[in-house]
Amino acid sequence: MIAINNVSKWYGDFQVLTDCTTRVAKGEVVVVCGPSGSGKSTLIKCVNALEPFQKGSVVVNGIAVEDTKTNLPRLRAQVGMVFQHFELFPHMTITQNLTVAQMKVLGRGKEEALDKGLKLLDRVGLKSQADKFPGQLSGGQQQRVAIARALAMDPICMLFDEPTSALDPEMINEVLDVMVQLAREGMTMMCVTHEMGFARKVAHRVIFMDQGAIVEDATKDDFFGKPRSERAQSFLAKILQH
Amino acid sequence: MNYHWDWLFFFQEADDGLMYYQWVLSGLGWTVAVSLTSLAIALLLGSAFGVMRTTPNRWLIAIGDTYVDVFRNIPLIVQLFLWFFVLPELVPRDIGLWMKQDLPYFVTAVIGLGLFTGARIAEQVKAGINSLSRGQRFAGLALGFTEWQTYRYVRLPMAYRIVLPALTSEAMNVYKNSAVTYSVGILELYFQYKQIIEKTSQVLEITIVITLAYFVVAFATNRLFAWIEQRSRVPGMIAGGQGGK
Repeated sequence: MIAINNVSKWYGDFQVLTDCTTRVAKGEVVVVCGPSGSGKSTLIKCVNALEPFQKGSVVVNGIAVEDTKTNLPRLRAQVGMVFQHFELFPHMTITQNLTVAQMKVLGRGKEEALDKGLKLLDRVGLKSQADKFPGQLSGGQQQRVAIARALAMDPICMLFDEPTSALDPEMINEVLDVMVQLAREGMTMMCVTHEMGFARKVAHRVIFMDQGAIVEDATKDDFFGKPRSERAQSFLAKILQH
Repeated sequence: MNYHWDWLFFFQEADDGLMYYQWVLSGLGWTVAVSLTSLAIALLLGSAFGVMRTTPNRWLIAIGDTYVDVFRNIPLIVQLFLWFFVLPELVPRDIGLWMKQDLPYFVTAVIGLGLFTGARIAEQVKAGINSLSRGQRFAGLALGFTEWQTYRYVRLPMAYRIVLPALTSEAMNVYKNSAVTYSVGILELYFQYKQIIEKTSQVLEITIVITLAYFVVAFATNRLFAWIEQRSRVPGMIAGGQGGK
């Protein structure tokens, strides 16, 4: 589904990604973790070309994103993305947030879009908030709406970029619950997150990044059982202690 | 002081058969017409150039920057003289002649004032767009929007809300700046003001009336924009005045 081949990226002279290679198969849930500044978010944004890269290739569902002939809007519409800071559109109601791209990008009619949007809103447990504005919702609620907004496009896979990092501790679980449910339904997911409990529960593989490179790319059991690199061991020791 | 007050002179007939108060009203009409047309032009140009300056395209940025630099750094009155007296000499002779003889003053004046004001609005629109988080653009793109659609549906609606107070000042400035167009022959309020003083010497009365007239149109604009601001306020947002609820 997603194939990342030898991707390197520079900001000027500074190399942020070094030769990253991995793949995510259909139905697979891959968690990407690592210390801050390790390039996790940059890597996941390369998948739908929000971040350009200078070397290597990313192929999503058979389409190379770096190819200048690729219709990026069409490709991105198939790849759902959830951001650290939710990024709901503040001037639109929740309903409008859920329907605008369905109508303007996929060309769905208003009724169909509304139907789909409200169904998904119900699924994330927020049907009663349909007519509110994002600013009137809590962070956890906003993130659940953001997930519903991405799902409304019927994506073939989902990217999560630290979806719980900006949340108060008591709201993290309501978002993780939605993600776990999604994973169990067989959605292909690539998640940048530090939530190791989530990784343990639903991940198939865990990727560990440090200084722009993929240091470890292992099955969940291998990663938590016996991480090979020292860097990953010390990282895990630090975040699993508490 | 020995000033002879005479408020009734407004109802005396001037030498063109109209009464002086009608001169004031006609001037006010032109002032409003010049101002609103210029403002419309300025909003269009300012939005277009402001957006250009926030795109990832180096050439569009350069064009937008040049426009703003040129039109913000030359005094309005000089700009109007350039359009009226210099430009017709620089273009091919026939076009120059047409500009001097057939092109209505009004058109040249509103283009001049529109370009001047547009440069200022471009600066504000750019600032408004840049004040939004990068993530908003990313979120739009990730949903499959084109770059232009992220402006249309995501970034501009918020950017305009943010710069509305600055746009209010700009809209009020247009009325005041429109007085400069008297220098290129627009028979607007300030022109009539000079004219009436020359004919009647009732300086104080006419000054008071003209002052009030400018105040009323500018203040009405201010109230109109305040109403728009009220209407477009986003529930739950702190930004943009007394939000928060």
